[in-house]
Amino acid sequence: MNLYQLSSPATFYPIAGRLAPWFAWAAAICAATGLWIGFGVAPTDFQQGDAYRIIFIHVPAAWMSMFVYIVMAFWGVIALSFNTRLSAMMAQALAPTGAWMTFIALWTGAFWGRPTWGTYWAWDARMTSELILLFLYFGVIALRNALDDPRRADRACAVLSIVGAVNIPIIYFSVVWWNTLHQGASVSPTGSKMNTIMLTGMLVMSFAAWFYAIAVVLWRVRAIILERERGSAWIAALPGLARA
Amino acid sequence: MMDFLNMGGYGFYVWGAYGVTALAIVVELASLRARARAAEKLAGRDER
Repeated sequence: MNLYQLSSPATFYPIAGRLAPWFAWAAAICAATGLWIGFGVAPTDFQQGDAYRIIFIHVPAAWMSMFVYIVMAFWGVIALSFNTRLSAMMAQALAPTGAWMTFIALWTGAFWGRPTWGTYWAWDARMTSELILLFLYFGVIALRNALDDPRRADRACAVLSIVGAVNIPIIYFSVVWWNTLHQGASVSPTGSKMNTIMLTGMLVMSFAAWFYAIAVVLWRVRAIILERERGSAWIAALPGLARA
Repeated sequence: MMDFLNMGGYGFYVWGAYGVTALAIVVELASLRARARAAEKLAGRDER
């Protein structure tokens, strides 16, 4: 098999079906380990008490909310450049999971902000740009639903995703560029300012979020392939489809 | 056990964050399962 064959929905459909359960199990194991470290091993923070334990979901979800968007825009670029169906389907499959990750990042951020800063919400640069990210995901999903022709929707969503990608560096660097209520990065490519056990728990939970997102997106892209390719000969030949 | 639930006085915030995250995951998985089943049914019906 070569990589070009992988870009065919007919080839990818069974592969995604075989891979998804492995990623789901990896996500469950990482989440269980991460929660055990986060609640059983990691000590209470000397400044924030136990409120800081929200970090174990907040930071992984916030990272994923941005990363999923970048991957969605990447598949949009590929779909526009090479006019490949599967790339557009991948972008389509990523949008809802990206929106959920963004919602979780915002929600857990609010529940962390209230006890530590005294407010659920502030219109600071980090929070506002993350809220815009949620609206971008909603926009991409709504745009697709508004267009009847899937191939036109692919192109329109790709353009919107790519244009919206300008928001990602704004979110990431907002705490550097502006004076925000939100704190600066504790973990960056150059190092970490966190306690080792807390950092370990957060990284394990980040792997859980990664594996969860991969499993869910593979599962969703299978549904999308069925939705969009139904009526084609290879789908009719699929074993195990409910014949009604 | 009560100490654990109380989270040093931050129980509402910690469990409010974790609870809604768990709920979000359940809703995403349930809606995805419904979508996958509908797609399979539709694709099966299309077979001539």
